[in-house]
Amino acid sequence: MAGHVDGNALAGPLSELFAFDPTTASARCASCGDTAVLARAMVYEKPHSFIVRCSACDAVLMVVLQKGDATEIDLGGLAWLRTLG
Amino acid sequence: MTATVASVHPETASARSLTIDVPGWRGNIAGQHVDVRLTAEDGYQAVRSYSLASSGPGATLQLAVDRLPDGEVSPYLVDDVLPGDQLEIRGPLGGWFVWEPSLAGSVQLIAGGSGIVPLMAMIRSRAASASTSPFRLLYSVRNPDDVFFRAELETPTPGLEVTWAYTRATPTGWPRPTGRVTGDDLSAHCFPASENPAVFVCGPTGFVEAVANALVLLGHDPARVKTERFGGA
Repeated sequence: MAGHVDGNALAGPLSELFAFDPTTASARCASCGDTAVLARAMVYEKPHSFIVRCSACDAVLMVVLQKGDATEIDLGGLAWLRTLG
Repeated sequence: MTATVASVHPETASARSLTIDVPGWRGNIAGQHVDVRLTAEDGYQAVRSYSLASSGPGATLQLAVDRLPDGEVSPYLVDDVLPGDQLEIRGPLGGWFVWEPSLAGSVQLIAGGSGIVPLMAMIRSRAASASTSPFRLLYSVRNPDDVFFRAELETPTPGLEVTWAYTRATPTGWPRPTGRVTGDDLSAHCFPASENPAVFVCGPTGFVEAVANALVLLGHDPARVKTERFGGA
């Protein structure tokens, strides 16, 4: 698929790991400190992964890897994730 | 979850809507999507997200799908799938790009091409409810033959204003020349920033980013502008 989409597209893959919908949660970028709802992040879809980048500085926030029926998330670029409420 | 295709309906030369029955579906909010998973005979799987044009408590859903030339899933859904066929779906998904009738205030919808689908769910949700929120839709399409949900949008329910913006060809005598949506279009046809509308922009990535940036330049609060990108051109 050409170009990128956004964090809305993560709702399905992340439902394998989280009991809540993390696309509505606030995420803080560990690189630049920008805080935004995860749905606003830029998402680059690869064959078995989603590369999630900060919409402010383009740093990688997280990588969602699909390994067969398993889902793994590298959260190294996130300072924190917080539910709205 | 397993969905059974109940009916198919052509929307344009390259798109159609699918009505599917999903036993056990717990209802969905307008703007949500499903992931559709196809499995080939050799076990290869492809998953794609499709917005729902329907909302509410029922277990009958409507998708509308545009065929991508090199797509792995959309050509099957647009050209091949038949009533009675089964699809594997996951959903409802996404709690951010949504509108509920309990929300008060003006709503500005801006669609590029098949980005109309989740916005149609919002329009239908409003029409089916007691909501009196004023809605406006700015719908950018290549030409008059590329319009989804034509009958419903040409006779909008009271409280909904629809503006059409054609990028390649217009109906005969159309006042606006062809072209992409500009800041002038947004100023002329959308709720002004001073009214603080909730804004939903959906379409191809380039369209969404251009429109969202133009809205912010016009003074809209970025936090009130929600976006959903389909990828592609």
